[in-house]
Amino acid sequence: MTDATNTQSFEAEPQLGDYYALMKPRVMQLVVFTAVVGMLAAPVGVNPVVAFASILFLAIGAGASGALNMWWDADIDAVMKRTKGRPIPAGKVAPQSAMYLGVALSGLSVMMLALSANLLAGAMLAFTIFFYVVPYSMWLKRSTPQNIVIGGAAGAFPPVIGWIIATGQIAVLEPWLMFALIFMWTPPHFWALALFMRNDYDDAKVPMLTVTHGRRATRNHILGYTVLLVILAVGTAFTAIGGWIYLATALVLNALFLKGAYDIWQRDEDMSEADNFATERKFFRLSLWYLFAHFGAILLEAALKPIGFGGW
Amino acid sequence: MAIKAEHEIHTRRKSLNVGVGLMLGGFVLLVMVLTFTKITSTDFQIPASAAKGVGAQIGTEATD
Repeated sequence: MTDATNTQSFEAEPQLGDYYALMKPRVMQLVVFTAVVGMLAAPVGVNPVVAFASILFLAIGAGASGALNMWWDADIDAVMKRTKGRPIPAGKVAPQSAMYLGVALSGLSVMMLALSANLLAGAMLAFTIFFYVVPYSMWLKRSTPQNIVIGGAAGAFPPVIGWIIATGQIAVLEPWLMFALIFMWTPPHFWALALFMRNDYDDAKVPMLTVTHGRRATRNHILGYTVLLVILAVGTAFTAIGGWIYLATALVLNALFLKGAYDIWQRDEDMSEADNFATERKFFRLSLWYLFAHFGAILLEAALKPIGFGGW
Repeated sequence: MAIKAEHEIHTRRKSLNVGVGLMLGGFVLLVMVLTFTKITSTDFQIPASAAKGVGAQIGTEATD
C-alpha cells in the first residue's frame, strides 16, 4: 500500500457528522416541528420531560428511516446532482454501516417512544418507518409516478404521532387534518423541484411524473393538487385547531400559493428555460414557508388558548 | 521503540468515540430522568398484571 492510499483510507473514515448527515437533519427538523405542533395542539397537556424525550425519540426514528432510505437509494443518490454529496455516494460511510445504524436506531426509537409516551405512539412510529422504507423507498419510488403522492404519507405522520403522544388517541379529526395538510402539500412541493432539477430524475431512472408523463402533465398536476390543498388548508381554519390567526395566515399564503401554481401552469419549457426556472424555484421556496406558516399558526392558536385568545 | 505522537487517524477516531460516548451518557441520563418523572407523577400506578401477581402469591401462601 502506498502513502497515497494510506492517506485516502484514513481521510475517508466516517466522522460523527457523516452519521448525522445520514439521518437527513433537514427532514428531522420538519418532523420535530410538525410533531411538536401536533402535540401542543392536542387538548391534553404533557409533562415537559415526557414531551422532550418523546419528541427526541420520534426525531431519532425519523433519522433512522432517513439512514435506511440512503442505504437503499445509494445507487440513485450517486447519479443525481442534488444527492451525490450524501455520505454513502461520497464514500464517507459504508452502505452496510448505514443499514445497521438505521435498523438499530429504528428499534431503539420505537421501543423508547412506546415507553416514554404510550404504546400507540410507538406503534405509529414503527408503521411510519416501515411505510417510508418498504412501500415508498423499496417499491413505489422506483415503480410509479405516484411515488411522491403515496410516499408523502410517511412525512405526514409526525403531527399525528405528536397528537398521540399527548392524548393516546387516534380516532379524532384534528390530527388527520394536519396529516392531510402535509400529504396534499408534498406533491406540488416535489414536482416543482422535479421541474427545475430537470435531468436529475431522468438520469437516475426514477419514474417521477416529469419523466413518465412529461413536464406539461406535471404542471397540470401541480395546479390540480394546489387547488385541493387550498380548499383543505382554508377549511381547516374552521375546525378546533383553527382560529382567526390561522385563517388570516391561510388566506394570504394560499392566495400566493395558488398564484404560484397558476403561473407554473401557464408557462412552457421555453419560458422556464429562458429565466432558469425562476417561477418554479420561487414556488418551491414559497412551499417551504407555506408549510412552516400553517403549522406555526396552529401552534400560535394552541399557545394563545390558555389566555383566552386563539381558536374561535 | 517508544510509541510516537498520535497519528491523525487516532485524533479522528477519538473525536468519533468521544461523540458516541457523550451521546450514550446523555441517553442514560435521559432514561433516568424520564423514569424518575414517571414514577413520581400523581397518576403513576403499578401495572395491574404485576399488582395481581403479588396479590396471588400472598393468597397462595395464606391457604397453605
